[in-house]
Amino acid sequence: MNAKLRVGVYWAAGCGGCDISLLEIGPRLLQLIEAADIHFWPLVADFKYRDVAGYPDEFFDLCFLNGAIRSSEQEEIARLLRKKSRTLIAYGACAAEGGIPALANLTTIEGIFAAAYHDSPSLDNPERLEPRPVTRSDLGELTLPRLYPQVLTLRDVVDVDYVLPGCPPQADRVWQAIESFVGGKLPARAEAVKLGCTDKAVCDECSLEKRLVKIDQFRRTHEALPEPGWCLLEQGFICMGPATRGGCGALCTKARLACRGCYGPSGQVTDQGMAMVGALGSLLAAETEERARELVDQIVDPVGTFYRFSLASSDLKGMR
Amino acid sequence: MPEPKAEKIEPVAAGASLEKWEPRIIAFLCYWCSYAGADAAGTLRLKYPHNVLIVRVMCSGRVDPELISGAFAQGADGVLVCGCQIGCCHYISGNHKTMARMPLLGRLLVEMGLEPGRFRHEWVSASEGEKFARITNEITEEVRRLGPLNWPGRLHARGVGHGEDLEPWGTPQ
Repeated sequence: MNAKLRVGVYWAAGCGGCDISLLEIGPRLLQLIEAADIHFWPLVADFKYRDVAGYPDEFFDLCFLNGAIRSSEQEEIARLLRKKSRTLIAYGACAAEGGIPALANLTTIEGIFAAAYHDSPSLDNPERLEPRPVTRSDLGELTLPRLYPQVLTLRDVVDVDYVLPGCPPQADRVWQAIESFVGGKLPARAEAVKLGCTDKAVCDECSLEKRLVKIDQFRRTHEALPEPGWCLLEQGFICMGPATRGGCGALCTKARLACRGCYGPSGQVTDQGMAMVGALGSLLAAETEERARELVDQIVDPVGTFYRFSLASSDLKGMR
Repeated sequence: MPEPKAEKIEPVAAGASLEKWEPRIIAFLCYWCSYAGADAAGTLRLKYPHNVLIVRVMCSGRVDPELISGAFAQGADGVLVCGCQIGCCHYISGNHKTMARMPLLGRLLVEMGLEPGRFRHEWVSASEGEKFARITNEITEEVRRLGPLNWPGRLHARGVGHGEDLEPWGTPQ
């Protein structure tokens, strides 16, 4: 065995769940550690950006970057890691499609600051302080990274070799990807090849029975208990299965929970929400347009539901 | 999407004169009724605006909502979808699917920040040349009143598709 593989992990605008999901591979971690050394992983050990800047170019054999890009710091580190990595993987829904943070694209920086620093009832901020990119004090000029008006996917700022979607990616699929990388069996490196998933929709993996019943009422998860064994969408629970890439093994629908769409748009689809509108159109029990309008007016927060994980990679990307 | 996308429409440059701006409206017309309706408008020597760029599809039910979001994302100022009158679909129920999709699609577009007047669907039969001329005039005037949408330019202004000028983090020590 030659020198060990050099691996890096970084989080940008994410929740940390992706970092944890890497640990979810369990005892197989020991195998990973046997084959690879971690040279950068802010969540688990103390590394400085300067350390990474000091590595030679293409130092990392494999770099997992999770989280969306929404600040100057995150973009800078993404560019740095691109330069220092031979293989860069967009890991998880946020890096791949914008994820939950991208829902911020439906508002403005001012709106975000108002909610985070002023309007929330639990806040106490009488001086109306807000973070500023530059603050002058007795100690000199202090700087903070700048928040972007738009949440971006990793692909928006750097070239990505592979994408491992999911919120978070499923452990077995992650391990498959790592194994095939270590064994040199990954598909040819190209712009954003999808790993750890299929091209088909989640419905393809879901075992619930379709009874070809049309939807006559929408329900939310907390409002009713779904009947076991029956397609959730037909029962009126908005299940993103038809528009969502498979690979997770339909974990949520197995637990009678509607698919939230975390693997992003399926193979032939570019815009997940619009694909879902297309699918729902054929499923509504509506003979007139008024009835269709009544039905869809029952849907609370359509953009947040249909684009929960993919707003930043959608056609329109959300904008106010 | 497997089929080739329409040629990209150039975004309106910042500061460009609005006097020369003309609305660009993409109209998806079904082959069996609405396209024939547009033809009838021509045969009847009715004037309708040149701003309407017609895409013929076999059925309005074939107009995937992705085509509509894609049209806006690539620079259209308005989108019109026309199909057969309900009950007259050549494929029996194709336009029923169109009908059921449109209210939800409209809600999504509005929540994304588009004005409702930029998007419209109508049922136009093969003999309704006058109706076709009327609605194309109406949507063109409505979109003209709303002004350029310029979605690609607005996204660019928010940082999509171009890198920020960054200062290097610092040299290694």
